[in-house]
Amino acid sequence: MSFPWAEQYTPKNPVMVWIDEKLPLPRLAYNAVGAGYPVPRNLNYFWNFGVLAGLALVIQIVTGVIMAMHYGANDLVAFSTVEQTMRDVNAGWLMRYAHANGASFFFIVVYLHIFRGLYFGSYKAPREMVWLLGLVIFLLMMATAFMGYVLPWGQMSYWGAKVITGLFGAIPVVGEPIQTWLLGGFAPGNASLNRFFSLHFLLPFVIAGVIILHIWALHIPGSSNPTGVEVKGPQDTVPFHPYYTAKDGFGAGIFLIAFSILLFFAPNFLGHPDNYIEANPLSTPAHIVPEWYFWPFYAILRAFTVDFFFVPAKLLGVLAMFASILLLFFLPWLDTSPVRSGKYRPTFNKFFWILVIDVLILGWLGGAPAEEPYVMMSQVAAAYYFAHFLIILPLISRFEKPLPLPGSITEAVLAKYGKTDGATVAVPAE
Amino acid sequence: MVRIGAFLVGLFFAGWLFISFLIGAVAYVSEPPVPTVEHEFHKAPKHVSFSFDGPLGHYDRAQLQRGFQVFKEVCSACHSLKFVAFRDLAALGYNEAEVKAIAKQWAIKTPSVDPATGEASTREPVPSDYFPKPFANNVAAAAANNNAIPPDLSLMTKARHHGSAYVYSLITGYQAQPAELLKAFPDSKTPEGLHYNPYFANLNLAMAPPLTAEGQVTYGDGTKPTVDQMAQDVAAFLTWTAEPKLENRRRAGLATIFFLLIATGLAYMSYQNIWADKKKTA
Repeated sequence: MSFPWAEQYTPKNPVMVWIDEKLPLPRLAYNAVGAGYPVPRNLNYFWNFGVLAGLALVIQIVTGVIMAMHYGANDLVAFSTVEQTMRDVNAGWLMRYAHANGASFFFIVVYLHIFRGLYFGSYKAPREMVWLLGLVIFLLMMATAFMGYVLPWGQMSYWGAKVITGLFGAIPVVGEPIQTWLLGGFAPGNASLNRFFSLHFLLPFVIAGVIILHIWALHIPGSSNPTGVEVKGPQDTVPFHPYYTAKDGFGAGIFLIAFSILLFFAPNFLGHPDNYIEANPLSTPAHIVPEWYFWPFYAILRAFTVDFFFVPAKLLGVLAMFASILLLFFLPWLDTSPVRSGKYRPTFNKFFWILVIDVLILGWLGGAPAEEPYVMMSQVAAAYYFAHFLIILPLISRFEKPLPLPGSITEAVLAKYGKTDGATVAVPAE
Repeated sequence: MVRIGAFLVGLFFAGWLFISFLIGAVAYVSEPPVPTVEHEFHKAPKHVSFSFDGPLGHYDRAQLQRGFQVFKEVCSACHSLKFVAFRDLAALGYNEAEVKAIAKQWAIKTPSVDPATGEASTREPVPSDYFPKPFANNVAAAAANNNAIPPDLSLMTKARHHGSAYVYSLITGYQAQPAELLKAFPDSKTPEGLHYNPYFANLNLAMAPPLTAEGQVTYGDGTKPTVDQMAQDVAAFLTWTAEPKLENRRRAGLATIFFLLIATGLAYMSYQNIWADKKKTA
């Protein structure tokens, strides 16, 4: 579905007419990401990150498929095949570093995409399904990234796998059998490595599938925008192509420059040195930490240090860690404010920035060693995280008095450019 | 209903975390954590500059050759270098004949099979061979080294924080255990057979000081072989073994970023051009 004023696909070339009759795939692309998709004209740069996440996935799949051609999924050779890829495969070092840093950049753009959604209320009706599918993608990404980190079979790979599968071991009664079943043994070993490799290859294509659903669900109401005011007519929109393809092209350039700086000049900056030591079940690293993109959740996991009556602290930590992500699925119903954009919500706006700082602090603490005073700090920060989404946000949306909204997207745009232009103010800003 | 449930869950998690925080804070104040000897006496690596520092740095071929010589004459007696092959030495500036000679004359032989009897034997390494390991297995390595297994050095400088400086600091960092340490931590006397080194994570290292005297190695290029110089050279060599493609990577990076800057500039101009009519007032 689309807005009634969307441009129609009219092939002129006889070959394209022929294809359109048989399989209207070009029509689908035209309506999805071409001139046939009208998009609000006032999107800011934060709306670039969806396309950039798609670009990051493509980079991961291309480099990953090439890496898989040189990788041996066996605990005896995994570490050395990765090293040989780095040393003896043409541009193997490039593929490996691009894949490892590409994962980090995928998470960077997805986190920015999620925080964009949080600030501008993109999760609210009628776009709840877009948000829910986005969270499914996020969960799949986390699973894929975790399993990918195990594949080089370094020390952090091995001990990370042990700690993360150990989370399931915290479940009462059935926990340990589940952990053994997941690993295919009592500790990470060849069976675990093989299944992680198989799933690590599979899941990106599942992610690609859910992305199609995510975009499909997005196209039903159309894209949100920084004002949060719905599209009212043709004057509020521009065709996706060429307007947003041009803007995304520029965004992709900036993204690739940032990516290249890290990839070519500091490729191990985000990694842990211990992962250049081959996995050794007999030697536990001093501090076991996951990759940086899991640190906020890792901090929440470790913040629980006191048993709650019969519930051991470890199980509480596991429940809280999963809850910290799952609660996002309820967000469209926790935030009941009719105003979408944080721009027009003065109270929400302040708490949003507190949340951003809180999550950054949690991230820092998740990478710090599990000792005082870091544990106490993560307890306070984790408490705020839960309080923010589950208590503060529902209360704000109930009692906050929002600022007046612009009458339409076009009105907001004209107010913005009217000010800078000065000479021709068409519609006075309210 | 959703909001009532969320409120209760939020209250539970936030409340219990707050109680945990209070319990932890009381314990922290009443019984402040005792600093460990590692926390008090472990040192970050020394500051040392290398030719490959910074985004545009290059390896110094002469230094790598000197470092290789230190590895050959000192380190290789105990440490393996399993991810590096003799053929890789061409990158240090050796020609084909030199690489062949280095392989042929290597003190440790490559494990092989006697073609006549099928029994295990050894042969002279050839350039396509990886550096042979000094010990047949970990048990032999541990038995010969006071029960400590000398780690493989191929990736050592990437397997430690600030690895190049770490290797240099460790080699030059041996010292007598400070008197203050023994006063503050009487139980932490360096055990028999270990060596005190503040740059090592747990302060006591099984490896004896490997470079002890000036002139331990005689350099062919006339460089004065002080302990400090040899330590720097071998740290540079081990940086190369860990990251042999460093120079290719930086060169490719400069070309890529140069291309991307132009492409992004053009993309920006095209974006401005396309949007020109939409950014003006009607």
